[in-house]
Amino acid sequence: MASSGLELLLVSLPQLGRGAAQTLAISALGIVFSTLGGVAYGVLASLNRRGLNLVLRVYLELFRAIPVLVWLYLLFFGLPIFFALSIPSFWCAVLVLSLWGSSEVGEVVRGALRSLPLGQREAGLSIGLSAWQLYGYVLLPQALKRMTPPTINIYTRIIKTSSLAVLIGVVDVIKVGQQIIERTYESVLIYGVLFLFFFFICYPLSAASRALERRWTHA
Amino acid sequence: MSALIEFEGFNKFFGDQQVLKAVDLQVRRGEVVVILGPSGCGKSTLLRCLNGLESADGGHLRLGGEELLAPGTDWRQVRQRVGMVFQSYHLFGHMSVLDNLLLGPLKVQKRQRHEALAQAQALLARVGLLDKRDAYPRQLSGGQQQRIAIVRSLCMNPEVMLFDEVTAALDPEMVKEVLQVIQGLARDGMTLLIVTHEMAFARAVADRIVFMDAGRILEQNDPESFFSNPQTARAQQFLEKFSYMESLPKKMPAKELS
Ligand SMILES: Nc1ncnc2c1ncn2[C@@H]1O[C@H](COP(=O)(O)OP(=O)(O)OP(=O)(O)O)[C@@H](O)[C@H]1O
Ligand SMILES: [Mg+2]
Repeated sequence: MASSGLELLLVSLPQLGRGAAQTLAISALGIVFSTLGGVAYGVLASLNRRGLNLVLRVYLELFRAIPVLVWLYLLFFGLPIFFALSIPSFWCAVLVLSLWGSSEVGEVVRGALRSLPLGQREAGLSIGLSAWQLYGYVLLPQALKRMTPPTINIYTRIIKTSSLAVLIGVVDVIKVGQQIIERTYESVLIYGVLFLFFFFICYPLSAASRALERRWTHA
Repeated sequence: MSALIEFEGFNKFFGDQQVLKAVDLQVRRGEVVVILGPSGCGKSTLLRCLNGLESADGGHLRLGGEELLAPGTDWRQVRQRVGMVFQSYHLFGHMSVLDNLLLGPLKVQKRQRHEALAQAQALLARVGLLDKRDAYPRQLSGGQQQRIAIVRSLCMNPEVMLFDEVTAALDPEMVKEVLQVIQGLARDGMTLLIVTHEMAFARAVADRIVFMDAGRILEQNDPESFFSNPQTARAQQFLEKFSYMESLPKKMPAKELS
């Protein structure tokens, strides 16, 4: 039994590895785009322009109120029907995760920027910095400490949520696991492997987030 | 000789409230002007309009003869010519003292590093803080931070410096070290616009006192005339409050204090 389990694992490893690569690729792209989008969202929100804030607010609420799964279905099945535009399932998953992640990271960035004293902005402007320079050299670096721990937590949620991609047909690590279970009925073993896979990716991240938070709130 | 700074019929509103009312003020090159007036009369707003932190609502504002309220004004350019120091210093907390000082010269003015560095160090030495060049703002006292903030503005080689109650947040023993720096600038012939509640300092440093109340300039005079013989009732009341403080008996009975 034990040896056959081990054998199964060894045999399935390449297949599981390909699935894991898909999961990691979707997550990594989602994280990169969410970070870029989130910083853009946070900076735009911190400008305090009324029209702009309204647009961002609507965007945020759409992604807070509507489950990620529904967005996946909407874009994957809806776009071809309504706009004759079809996106491969992999990129559809990346897109939805990025849009959702951007709104989450964006709120964190906005809050961190807002927590800075107004005088930092005025002092920066007073020496002639442009808006880009002001954010790049003065505001974002100081917001970084406050925004990094919660942003890392959002990264773990992006990784976990990437598993929804199965439902629009992405063959990620979970899908591969299911296929193996269908063939071999070794559900405990395979789900155990999936458990460890996600745990060993997400746990270090949330531990790092906590450590940074401890270090920086006492500094 | 025409004025370096010229407010003419200058108006500023916050919502419906008019906080500056037809202000006329001229400052010559090399002149030290101290603006006095009760809280909320618009002193800070006047300074902030001069470097574009607040926008104007009418009238004229000229710097070196050039109209700043024209649509095409490049405020980034203006701000390099008009240094501003704030009550609470606002040093950049994530940067060392030198990086605070060099940010503007290197990134805004694109100057050579060695040249800007030499200037920054010379100015630091002048305010007695050269040994703090690698320190971070949080490691410095309020008085030290404020002197660094002054140097940060000076490193841009401005034509005029604005000081908005720069000693108001300081412990009494640190006020002197900051005021001495400002006095040094005055002696060097720098053009200064100073808002302060330190009356003795105003009297000592000013070429001219401008007294404001409720958004208007009520009187302008040389310090001796202003302090010994104020022309308006509002200025008299204002000065009486300060002379009352100075004329308090040396020691209050402990009972009355508690
Ligand atoms: N951002 C703002 N929005 C609305 N009203 C403002 C704003 N800033 C200042 N004011 C108002 O404008 C008036 C002038 O303010 P200002 O700060 O220029 O006064 P001040 O003379 O500098 O007072 P203080 O001596 O207390 O610093 C005040 O009535 C103040 O309440
Ligand atoms: Mg003020």
